[in-house]
Amino acid sequence: MQTDSIHIIFFASVRETIGTDSLELKATGLGSVADVVTALTDMGPEWHRALTAENLLVAVNQTMVEPGHKVKPGDEVAFFPPVTGG
Amino acid sequence: MQSRISVQESPFEVASECHWLAIQSQETGGIATFLGVVRDINEGDPIASLYLEHYPGMTEKQIEEIIKEANDRWDVIAASVIHRIGRLEPGEQIVFVGVASRHRGEAFDACEFIIDYLKTRATFWKKEQTPAGERWLETRDSDLDTAAAWKR
Repeated sequence: MQTDSIHIIFFASVRETIGTDSLELKATGLGSVADVVTALTDMGPEWHRALTAENLLVAVNQTMVEPGHKVKPGDEVAFFPPVTGG
Repeated sequence: MQSRISVQESPFEVASECHWLAIQSQETGGIATFLGVVRDINEGDPIASLYLEHYPGMTEKQIEEIIKEANDRWDVIAASVIHRIGRLEPGEQIVFVGVASRHRGEAFDACEFIIDYLKTRATFWKKEQTPAGERWLETRDSDLDTAAAWKR
């Protein structure tokens, strides 16, 4: 299925801070993870706080990446805090 | 190498996992296991219960990669990882790692490596219920150091 958007998901404390577990963003103008972060931080003070946290982790299509990683329509981008399983 | 990975709400049976590990190959000479249990105290505060969430899909993929890395480094005949999610109370089993190998040294090392890496790489998050309210756990520096110590 063709899509022109990027699927964004949030976990744990990030999800609770912004009160949202997922959303779709139009991919137009979004070239990298850093662009996605910028688009999201504009959505409010909680969003800004959650998405500028120093220890925030990002995965694109379920693989951990750095903020410079490229994104394209149809990608799944996840934001979450450091993991605490085991 | 045989492996199985399960992320589940329900309890698990250690004996049946050990049985599965044992029957994968007659070359197996030993099985090392780690069983994680929910503590009733953390950082000085009593813990009434834990809540665990994870990233479905990515978690299983990460664990698969950790097992694969263990297999690259040691002689792993079979490996099993079970991690529970949802609400758990003190005393409950939370995680199981089992490794079957030809010899005990390789089984012990691979098992320890898998649980050390799982703690810092697999996408699980714990939230504790304490008398003062709920709180998300933060990654311990000691866990990061322990995992980093395996780097060659």
